[in-house]
Amino acid sequence: MKKTTKKIPKFFPVLLLFLLTAFSALAQNAITGKVTDSKGNPVEGVTVTVKGTTVSSQTAADGTFKISAPTASPTLLFSSIGFGLQESKATAGNAVTVRLIESNQQLNEVVVVGYGTTRKKDLTGAVTTVTAKEFQKGNITTPEQLIAGKVPGVSIISNGGQPGSGSTIRIRGGSSLNASNDPLIVVDGIPLDANGISGASNGLSFINPNDIETFTVLKDASATAIYGTRGANGVIIITTKKGKAGGLKVNFSSNTSWAEITKKVDVLTGDQVRSVINAGGNAQQKSQLGTANTDWQDAIYRTAVSTDNNISLSGGIKKLPYRLSIGYAYLNGVLITDHLERQSASLALNPVLLNNHLKVDINVKAIAQKARFADQGAIGGAVSFDPTQPIYSNTKRFGGYYEWLESNGKLILNRPNNPVGLLEQRYDEQNPMRSIGNIQLDYKFHFLPELHANVNLGYDVSKSTGNVFISDSAAVAYKNDNPYQGGVKNFNKQRKLNTVFDFYLNYVKDLSRIKSRIDLTAGYTYNNYYAKNYFYRGYTANGDTVLGTKNPDFLFDEPENTLIGVFGRLVFNFRDKYLLTATVRRDGSSRFAEGNKWGTFPSVALGWKLKEDLFKASRVVSDMKLRVSYGITGQQDGIGNYSFLSSYFLSSPNSSTGFGNTYLQTYAPSGFYAALKWEETTTYNAALDYGFFNNRITGSVDVYYKKTKDLLNLVAQPAGNNFSAYVLANVGDMENRGVEFNVNLQVIKKRDVSLDLNFNTTYNRNKITNLTPIKDDPNYIGQLTGNAAGVNGFIFLNAVGGPRSTFYLYRQIYDKAGKPIEGLFEDTNRDGIINDKDKYKGQSADPSVFYGFSANFTYKKFNAGFVARANFNNHMYNNVFSNLGRFNQVAGAYTIGNASTNYLETGFQGSTDVQTSSDYYIQNASFLRMDNINLGYNFGKIGKGQNFNIRLIAVVQNVFVVTKYSGLDPEISGGIDNNLYPRPRVYTLGVNLDF
Amino acid sequence: MKNNIKILAAIPLFAFVLITGCTKKLDLTPTTGLTNNVVFSTPLGYKQALAKLYGTMLTTGSQGPGSGDLPSQIISDAGNSDFYRNLWYLQCLSTDEAGWTYSNNTDPIGIHQLNWTSVNFSVKCIYYRAYYIITLCNNYLIESTDDKLATRNITGQDATNIKLYREEARFVRAYQYSLLMDLFGNPPLVTDATPIGSNSFPQQVGRAGIFDFVQSELQAIETTLPEPGTNEYGRVDRAAAWSLLARNYLNSEVYTTIPNYTEAITYSKKVIAAGYSLHSDFKELMLADNELNTNEFIWTLRYDGLSTQTFGGTTFLIHGPAGVPGSISGSSGTWNCIRVTQQFVGLFDNQDIRGQFWTSGQSLIMGTLLGDATQGYSSTKFRNVTRSGAIAPNIDIDKTFSSIDFPVFRLPELYLIYAESVLRGGTGGDNATALGYLQQLAVRGRPTDANAAAFAELNLQYILDERGRELMWEGHRRTDLIRYGQFTTAAYLWAWKGNVASGTAVDAKYNLYPIPSDDLTSNPTLIQNSGY
Repeated sequence: MKKTTKKIPKFFPVLLLFLLTAFSALAQNAITGKVTDSKGNPVEGVTVTVKGTTVSSQTAADGTFKISAPTASPTLLFSSIGFGLQESKATAGNAVTVRLIESNQQLNEVVVVGYGTTRKKDLTGAVTTVTAKEFQKGNITTPEQLIAGKVPGVSIISNGGQPGSGSTIRIRGGSSLNASNDPLIVVDGIPLDANGISGASNGLSFINPNDIETFTVLKDASATAIYGTRGANGVIIITTKKGKAGGLKVNFSSNTSWAEITKKVDVLTGDQVRSVINAGGNAQQKSQLGTANTDWQDAIYRTAVSTDNNISLSGGIKKLPYRLSIGYAYLNGVLITDHLERQSASLALNPVLLNNHLKVDINVKAIAQKARFADQGAIGGAVSFDPTQPIYSNTKRFGGYYEWLESNGKLILNRPNNPVGLLEQRYDEQNPMRSIGNIQLDYKFHFLPELHANVNLGYDVSKSTGNVFISDSAAVAYKNDNPYQGGVKNFNKQRKLNTVFDFYLNYVKDLSRIKSRIDLTAGYTYNNYYAKNYFYRGYTANGDTVLGTKNPDFLFDEPENTLIGVFGRLVFNFRDKYLLTATVRRDGSSRFAEGNKWGTFPSVALGWKLKEDLFKASRVVSDMKLRVSYGITGQQDGIGNYSFLSSYFLSSPNSSTGFGNTYLQTYAPSGFYAALKWEETTTYNAALDYGFFNNRITGSVDVYYKKTKDLLNLVAQPAGNNFSAYVLANVGDMENRGVEFNVNLQVIKKRDVSLDLNFNTTYNRNKITNLTPIKDDPNYIGQLTGNAAGVNGFIFLNAVGGPRSTFYLYRQIYDKAGKPIEGLFEDTNRDGIINDKDKYKGQSADPSVFYGFSANFTYKKFNAGFVARANFNNHMYNNVFSNLGRFNQVAGAYTIGNASTNYLETGFQGSTDVQTSSDYYIQNASFLRMDNINLGYNFGKIGKGQNFNIRLIAVVQNVFVVTKYSGLDPEISGGIDNNLYPRPRVYTLGVNLDF
Repeated sequence: MKNNIKILAAIPLFAFVLITGCTKKLDLTPTTGLTNNVVFSTPLGYKQALAKLYGTMLTTGSQGPGSGDLPSQIISDAGNSDFYRNLWYLQCLSTDEAGWTYSNNTDPIGIHQLNWTSVNFSVKCIYYRAYYIITLCNNYLIESTDDKLATRNITGQDATNIKLYREEARFVRAYQYSLLMDLFGNPPLVTDATPIGSNSFPQQVGRAGIFDFVQSELQAIETTLPEPGTNEYGRVDRAAAWSLLARNYLNSEVYTTIPNYTEAITYSKKVIAAGYSLHSDFKELMLADNELNTNEFIWTLRYDGLSTQTFGGTTFLIHGPAGVPGSISGSSGTWNCIRVTQQFVGLFDNQDIRGQFWTSGQSLIMGTLLGDATQGYSSTKFRNVTRSGAIAPNIDIDKTFSSIDFPVFRLPELYLIYAESVLRGGTGGDNATALGYLQQLAVRGRPTDANAAAFAELNLQYILDERGRELMWEGHRRTDLIRYGQFTTAAYLWAWKGNVASGTAVDAKYNLYPIPSDDLTSNPTLIQNSGY
């Protein structure tokens, strides 16, 4: 069962070739010299350029350099990160010595944090920023994929290969079991609605990845507590590109990509099904056998070609810096009929008025999508449909697709439909539109320039319309006795309007008398999330109403929730060495009953720049900072808007009760939990930021401990106590502890050659410490969770003392040959009966450690890079094996089906409902995935006197996966492998023009 | 510096004004959801809530045939979660009355073989369905007290009607506890004395304790429910309460170890004396227009092809039987699930029409249980056609949903209770009357037999067999076999009992179903039935 997927990246030989060619330099006027810092220490890696030319060189470890200038006494320019640009006259033959001045520019570099910015050097929280040049490359259809593998502590797993589909993002493992583990995402100051947009597979796909400037990931409570009831799962702040004053700059980029699946689910061939049925089937089944050998998976997948084109204009009209971008992407899925068309426009205006006292930022982004969603049921359908049948029937019935028919020619009911027919005959067409915009005014008081008033008004509006059409001749919606009443024509519509109003005052003052700097912020925020979901009745393909249905009782529903918060932040810097950040937020939410609406979320963090006190003179240690933080954050997403109330619902007309001559629609109450409140996480973080060898090596180590209380758990209610057998209640406690390590290496930093490496790793251990109203209730084994296909009950147990998503299954017994024996399990408690009590707590689905590794290499005009990710000790329940690896999958139903090839190994019949609850199906799914290999060539300036720059890029995504896991893909969020939309391998060629 | 202080002082004041101005916005309620005070503000609302007490015994959920009242933690396939289909699995499929063709995971695996565990979905489904109904009933009783009616300004005839609805809620609750007592032995007891949503643990009171609760409740309402046959069709009356009392007393020895056949006779006589009569044609009992049979039917579960749609109930009894063409069953066709064991077929001779077996394409002997729908006869007892033979007029376009009503109680059961109780030593009845009742059933069941009356015998085994013939698939068989000591023992074997083709005895623990594992964990006071 050991299989390894490995493919030599196609670009490696090419890369090698480039490395071996082209080394030519013509010496003219050799100039030598040495570069030091202000204290006289040599500085390595300083770029030395002859002014007015492109001739340049770099300093060696001892600070010396050598450059060949076209003239005898040129002016040299010296530049290096952390230092100001310096000019110096030089003469051939006379060694020059240049002393660089440390640049304040870098020291004042700012980082976006919640409600404002802070100087990077003042940071005390766990914050990671990823900028555009570090983003993943290739056919990136949704923003979060830009930073996959780039940030320690952040796991981003795409939900499958559908274009535009979303990802499961976890920052430090998340802090919830049953509410949301998704981080809060803030785009240009607008916290996005945690719920998606109807008609789109992923709300984030409405942000064009090309418009994004930076991602800032806030991880610890010092950074996130200012987001109050939404901070516990971390916060991702996305900042989009702004206008830059100056002449018109145009950027055009165009990508074309080819995607293909890398692997199929192994199932029986037509011949194998024939031999299985002929050996063990009954007469009826034998008579059903066809003569074909159809590979249904080949039939539903294709090589998908997609394009993505973007153009942006930026510059300043008089004093109005602007940036305008327009994008058009046409993305095809590897599953036939699946496609997404996306038009986007984004405008940023960034004027500074009133003699630099009023900064205005206006951002408007709009995206219209047009999608046809493939029926993903065909993915599982293609795996289990009878391979002895042909795709096409050679008749006109059911669109020409083979379908299961009775001997009288009628369609057999409730049987699988032809997967190709399912796809081709379903038109699920959606047209969602979304616009996000804000205007932010930052006013520096005339009489008191240390004080800024900041107002942010934002909106996030969307409108989705769509319809699903299935023709009345399609088998999936066919009506045997009245074909004209068949088919489907359904409509959907949704509007959303989210509004944001923030106001804060920011006071920054250097108190030089006490060698301190104070940065104080206090503000108010109002967020409202409103949606209007329309309800429609069902229609047949020809537009008739479906018999027996009535108009919906309500034409629409208007769920809404509101958050109001006040917040404050103090950043105190003493002697540029000792740092303090304290924040507090008081948050009110409409999602909870009176008495539970308001909460207070404080945090405090301290920083100590060890470099200044302990390594001042060190030439090895260029930077060192110790940070510790503590804070409390909340979590209210994933909790229903009105879950604290018991609501009654009127039944649909076809669920009425007859009394006498009338049918009454009934009223039924929902389960409820009146004492509902947010989950609360206390986080401790300790970290060391380091830089060595003039910051050629930088990075950080963070250690954290998060403790969540009032954890929502879906608690089985004692039968008879509530309207639902399970309700969400705030009963549990959970811990996450972990270590994050990040290192950036500038391995080579020369004039023509550079090599940057980044390595990050995250260890996270999750432990549930309580789940019951009465602590340590010995009768409560834990929360059973995880629906897998074909399993009676659940496969995971969230139990006290262990991590979440712990497999809870029977221990399989094997025969002497090592073959599992169907339905035979170990009686682990030795009580003579095999029942639930014999299930045991096994591995966890989540990885214990995960890694990201990326490299960027430049040589002259070439650049190349890769991003790889790895998970260690994640486990997968192979649901394809368990649900499909048995005889009755072929012959257990009224028509023949297909089975996983695992059946050939086990010979399981499928006669017991417990076999699927076996640990036989758990596999270690550790993997190494080469996410991305890219190669670029920069032609540089082209044309005489023209600033015309062309870059070409070639990227392969999902290059290879190394794993022992036997299923389709070892990386599936949730640990259950069943009918994943396959992640394709994608080849992209792109061109980028700047002028 | 003065300005600085002013500004800094202004910040909290500014915040204060904003907060006080906007907190109202935090009080949001659903625009289309309804709270209890809205639902129970009108007499019609009370009636629609009462309709749910009955409706949850009909449909799987409130929002059409795929919706579920029970959460997916209990049953993952909501369409499979209705009341009678799962009761049928536990009461009929577990016996000689039926075997099941398929063994996919949405199928009732192991039920016919008498091999189930505390996670079996049908077991869980009935248990949690019953407690869902009980909770609705308790809530109904809480919401309909005199005080509540007074505060809601409901008076006069409206208040009188609602007081009657209360009594029906008590009946429905007693019926559900009866089933729990029969199936699970010692289920926990919770009444309207406990507020909904509290953190208390319902306590087990023993099987006899449930028996006492149920019988006393029924005796309390037997005088307040409407006279027999006077309530709206589909709702219960006194005769339903008497029927349930009689049924429970018949099984009193099983439930409490103390026999009480005398009371069984008392209550069966009350029903019989209420004026019910047998409908002339047995084959017309389970048709789409069987609401016409109110002379025989005491209380029915009302299904309708358009208004009350479910994949369970009688819909399942028209599609389930193997091999029966749609033209016969009055539907889109068969799901090929259900066949009858040859032992059960053997209870019927050629003259007995009540089995209405479908033999075309079917073999008598159930040599194979799984995977072959042709082994074992099938039955056309339930047909979605009217007396005239036409398909039910109110059928959905797919011809999926049945309009056959299911009689929970009908007169013959009371005849049979009377006869058996007399034979088992109860007082208040007599042999001649008992034999007379058996003869009436035999005459109707054997229309071409000139000596049909002579077929009837007054002995216990005859009564068990006759119950099988008369009440096949009506949810009685397991209880009957247990009362006769034949369910788990070797005294009576049928095909695939104990997962052996010829049948074998099984552990006596299977006389009870296990309390679902979910409730054992949520209610630590519960004690599981022995052996599970």
